[in-house]
Amino acid sequence: MSRDGTPEASGAGPLRRRAVRERLGPVVYGILSIVLILAFMQLWLLVATMNAYLGGDHVVAWPALGASIICLLLNLGLLRYLYRLEWQQ
Amino acid sequence: MPNQSLRVLTPDGRPPEEQPRWRQDFPIDTADDNYVARRDFTKFMVLISASFVAGQGWIALKTLTARKNGNGEGSARAIAKVGELAVGQTAVFTYPGEHDTCLLVRSAENEFLAYGNKCSHLSCAVIPDVKAGKLNCPCHHGVFDLATGRPLAGPPRRPLSRVLLEVRDGTVYATGVEERTV
Repeated sequence: MSRDGTPEASGAGPLRRRAVRERLGPVVYGILSIVLILAFMQLWLLVATMNAYLGGDHVVAWPALGASIICLLLNLGLLRYLYRLEWQQ
Repeated sequence: MPNQSLRVLTPDGRPPEEQPRWRQDFPIDTADDNYVARRDFTKFMVLISASFVAGQGWIALKTLTARKNGNGEGSARAIAKVGELAVGQTAVFTYPGEHDTCLLVRSAENEFLAYGNKCSHLSCAVIPDVKAGKLNCPCHHGVFDLATGRPLAGPPRRPLSRVLLEVRDGTVYATGVEERTV
């Protein structure tokens, strides 16, 4: 396995690896875009929850935590999907 | 002797012998490098996402302790005699804790107002301007309405916390603190 975690067992070397990564290029861009959108949503949620908490509104804290966890799980799933794609190639 | 893989991997497609010397010594596959950079940035953003969840968890846990400490209605405490303050005068008192400074304002003959003395922006002490009907924060020029405690100008977005008052037998009592978002 190479230093950055890519399998090179086939012996095809850098050419094959390059071909795989060129194919995965748009995929990694797409996944990165979705992860960025979800992370910004979490940031907005955190700021809104903090504002509500400081304003004495404590009801939203737990549902907001649930929503944030869902975003994190989606992000983890997308990252796992990217690594799995890389390994399958 | 240049090999085929190195020829293909040059970023501008020119043969290796036409590449600058530094690139011949340290050949970098730009496409490969870009891919790893995007993938690692995605991983970093997932880490950031986890830190946001940690922040949300911290707030959620804080709500539990805030409920234990109690909000809104509290124990009544005498803070001033009615005769001690003329109309337009203000006084500083602490409520509910000894470090929670508040402002008492006699805005009319039979009207008392009290607010937490911490600006809702960055907790600087606000200064009353009773004639103008405002409370000013000197740190970042925040302005609050004296009658309601709501922000009028500057960076604050939340109103000042309002201290609930009760006047009995010529004495003003603080009976609770109301935090507000709007």
